Amino acid sequence: MKKYFSFFRLRFVMGLQYRAAAWAGVVTQFVWGVMEILMFRAFYEADPQAFPMSMEATASYIWMQQAFLAFFMVWFMENEIFDAIRSGNVAYELCRPIRIYHMWFARSLANRTSRAVLRCFPILGIAVFLPRPYGLCAPPGWRVFLLYLVSMALGLLVVAAFCMLIYGLTFFTVSPDGLRILFSSAVDFFAGAVIPIPFFPGKLRALMELLPFAAMQNVPLRVYSGDLAGEAAARAIGLQVFWLAVLAAAGEWLFWLGERKALIQGG
Amino acid sequence: MITMEHVCKSYRIAKRNAGFREACRALFHREYEVIHALEDVSFTISDGEMVGYIGPNGAGKSSTIKILSGILTPDSGSCLIDGRVPWKDRIRHVREIGVVFGQRSQLWWDVPVIDSFELLKDIYTIPDRVYRSNLEELTELLNLEELLRTPARQLSLGQRMRCEIAASLLHGPKILFLDEPTIGLDAVSKLAVRDFILRQNALHHTTVILTTHDMQDIEALTKRIILIGKGRILMDGTLEEIKRGGASMDETVAGLYRAYEI
Repeated sequence: MKKYFSFFRLRFVMGLQYRAAAWAGVVTQFVWGVMEILMFRAFYEADPQAFPMSMEATASYIWMQQAFLAFFMVWFMENEIFDAIRSGNVAYELCRPIRIYHMWFARSLANRTSRAVLRCFPILGIAVFLPRPYGLCAPPGWRVFLLYLVSMALGLLVVAAFCMLIYGLTFFTVSPDGLRILFSSAVDFFAGAVIPIPFFPGKLRALMELLPFAAMQNVPLRVYSGDLAGEAAARAIGLQVFWLAVLAAAGEWLFWLGERKALIQGG
Repeated sequence: MITMEHVCKSYRIAKRNAGFREACRALFHREYEVIHALEDVSFTISDGEMVGYIGPNGAGKSSTIKILSGILTPDSGSCLIDGRVPWKDRIRHVREIGVVFGQRSQLWWDVPVIDSFELLKDIYTIPDRVYRSNLEELTELLNLEELLRTPARQLSLGQRMRCEIAASLLHGPKILFLDEPTIGLDAVSKLAVRDFILRQNALHHTTVILTTHDMQDIEALTKRIILIGKGRILMDGTLEEIKRGGASMDETVAGLYRAYEI
């Protein structure tokens, strides 16, 4: 366990040194959040009755999403891993007494966490002081907040497990770019990154909520504002655990296969 | 003790002719060519031996090293290293070996070298005492004092290679595979690396397998040479046996390549 933790630590420390990137990220995410809220406000003012979430909940959803973008965005993948596979540098990683799946999983978590830690505080700090209903609201209670933390951790794990599948598939293809583009755009849509899932029409929404993509950001962000509560929240979190297990098992199997079948490219 | 018996490995490579039309055709119909990287390779290396593994580009040297280090599975044949089959027992096997790929890097690019070393310490679960004494010894022999606190990206190639070699030896492996360790190095760095490898072998009785195109490496380091060409072992003998009269090592090897038409 210690080796994975040190791996996490080194990657985390490394992520913390990119300060300029972090500030650029903060500004981008903040502007993006404002624009999204303006867009939803326009819809809300047109017909408040047709809105599936309250404006407060929607704003909180967007601010939390922007603050923890690094946790939930599948396209935040590690170029170093793709480069390692493409150039054959992965040879070195295979020479270590360690399971590659676990090593890269720890690495992904560390990378995302370090990015999120650098970016979340300024965004949350400003969003809290924005006027209602456009700012970040406090959660309905401390129990909800705890549930939110659990669900956010699960969401992060599901995202990492999903990315591991893409890394694993790269073992079998010459270039990872195609897979990356395909998956990241599909996932953004189905995960509720573009539009929160409650805004989708009935049947589609019911289906989307069962998919692994809904187990990423959809659950924690809605739990936070109380939009998802009680039994529905428990069911959604159960589904997160289920998808985490399935994705991790699939990833381990894929890596097991990849380590045996893959060719290390380059001389 | 390393034994390889009748090891074969082939790759399937997609090929096409030049041009747009050919590229379009290849979308629907791929032609593959099978490359036999290794054909019936057998050799035995005893503990503490230093062996030069030479051959022209594409002869199968790297494939052999990859099989020996457990990251490539051969199509057929057997390989036993101190009683372990490398690719079946990868995790237990790699604990006992050190590998340096001269053309790749194992150091973390953006952090000081010492951070990469500390990570390796945890990955290999090296006990504190062993780690400290190994690090001290390597720092002294490879002259790393000044380099350890520098980020890897700011090291020159020669400095980096010294760190790479140290990184591969932190866990005190019994066997060391060096895949072109002196590639691109200047004279001073080359000498330093060679000198270190000799000392490591004398001090710790480390088995060293070295692939290189630099014949001076071979002359300085190894007594035994295995020559591979087109995936086959062509010769396995001592330096003296292959060297004729006053010819330099480079001429001798070029002569061999010509004689075997590889």
